[in-house]
Amino acid sequence: MRADLVVLNWQLFAAGVWMTLQLTFLALAIGFSIALPAGLSRARRVPVVSPLINGYVYLFRGTPLLVQTFLIYFGLAQFEWIRDSWAWTFLRDPWWCALIAFSLNSGAYGTEIIRGAIVTTGKGELEAAWALGLSRRQVDWLVLMPSALRRSLPQYGNEAVFMLQGSVVASVITLQDILGAGRTLNARYYLAYEGFLAAAILYMAITFLLVLAFRGLESRYLRHLRPRGVR
Amino acid sequence: MTRTLQAAIAAVALAISGPALALNICVEGAYPPFSETAVDGSIVGFDVDIANALCAEIDEECALVKVDWDGIIPALLERKCDAIVASMAITAERMAVIDFTKKYYQTPPMMIAAADSGLVATPEGMAGKVIGVQRGTTHNAYLDKYYGASEIRLYASQDEANLDLVAGRIDAMMADSVALSLGFLQTEPGAGFVALDGDFYEPEIHGAGNGIGIRKEDTGLRDRLSAAIDAIRANGTYQEIESQYFDFDIYGSED
Repeated sequence: MRADLVVLNWQLFAAGVWMTLQLTFLALAIGFSIALPAGLSRARRVPVVSPLINGYVYLFRGTPLLVQTFLIYFGLAQFEWIRDSWAWTFLRDPWWCALIAFSLNSGAYGTEIIRGAIVTTGKGELEAAWALGLSRRQVDWLVLMPSALRRSLPQYGNEAVFMLQGSVVASVITLQDILGAGRTLNARYYLAYEGFLAAAILYMAITFLLVLAFRGLESRYLRHLRPRGVR
Repeated sequence: MTRTLQAAIAAVALAISGPALALNICVEGAYPPFSETAVDGSIVGFDVDIANALCAEIDEECALVKVDWDGIIPALLERKCDAIVASMAITAERMAVIDFTKKYYQTPPMMIAAADSGLVATPEGMAGKVIGVQRGTTHNAYLDKYYGASEIRLYASQDEANLDLVAGRIDAMMADSVALSLGFLQTEPGAGFVALDGDFYEPEIHGAGNGIGIRKEDTGLRDRLSAAIDAIRANGTYQEIESQYFDFDIYGSED
């Protein structure tokens, strides 16, 4: 066990942590901004749009993230017309390829989380809002969405953790994320597991903080769902 | 009941361990023309032929084990195999961890880029450019030492780096000259790419040729394989194998 080499190469891992955090949080943010309108359209069964979204969700939940990333990174690069187009300025860069794959993937899972939360909204909640004479738009934005988003928090926390773990895929398309740093350390000193162990500890630490953050959000926004008298 | 269970466990253990007599050879299978994976999944190439010839010479049964490059030294140390035949350069850094036979070939490093790129292969000329290289190779170490002003992109295998050079994601690529010319430049995707001028060979980094990696304690095996390298070079087997891949001698200078 050569823990000293991990400490000696802390900059390698610091850069890796930064890369992983960037990709994970940007993908979650972009994924969420896809999931919000997409989930609502699915719940409302908007004609034409809803089946299209259904296809997107099926495509990205039906295939592994690794395959999606490979298709975007190696697959699209095979077409000359893509390499000649404006899109190549982004697709040339492995960072953008990873971000696109991760965002679309997270968006697909997020869509189902939001849709589920919307359709399971208590009927009484909505009837109360209608009884108050709120307009349809007011019901949506003042009652339905806030309620659904609050209730989707635990599941979204899960998705955030999955996205963090899934982001290791970035290391196979040359990005130096946490796992990439671990592999580089292993290769540099011909080690079998020290780099992986350091990576595992870092992922665990970030997961811990992520879970803590979502627990904080839950205790704030789901307070009304706790049994009375319990603190 | 207990006895049946014991028998079952023993049978499973036997099935898993298999015949333990063969000498296991770690090969990479993603480094043409030295080591590549054929359509049927078998591993072929100069390294593989040399490994088989050496095994025949020392009269051992050999089995090939395909291992990714960046895990190949750990695989040897963890006894997943007994020897590495993967065009591995004999360097002081690696000698600190494992031992090597004498070299079985030696070729210089090379940097390549698109023919119309107009790039100059000096550290100044490559400043700000993206250079692809296989992770954990001597070429990786060389770029780290001299090309700090370039972006070094690390690949798990040479094949993946080749793909990205063709796609235009990287401006240049550094690797072994023979692997680059026969494994890439002279293939269809390599059209339009050329070797850049420059002498990159530095003995402390690139080592004294490529040898067979052996665990430090296996001195007996090391000496037998070193002797076998001399033997196949003396009896013409080496040249016969070599002529199937190259029209020049890749052994380099006699040591």
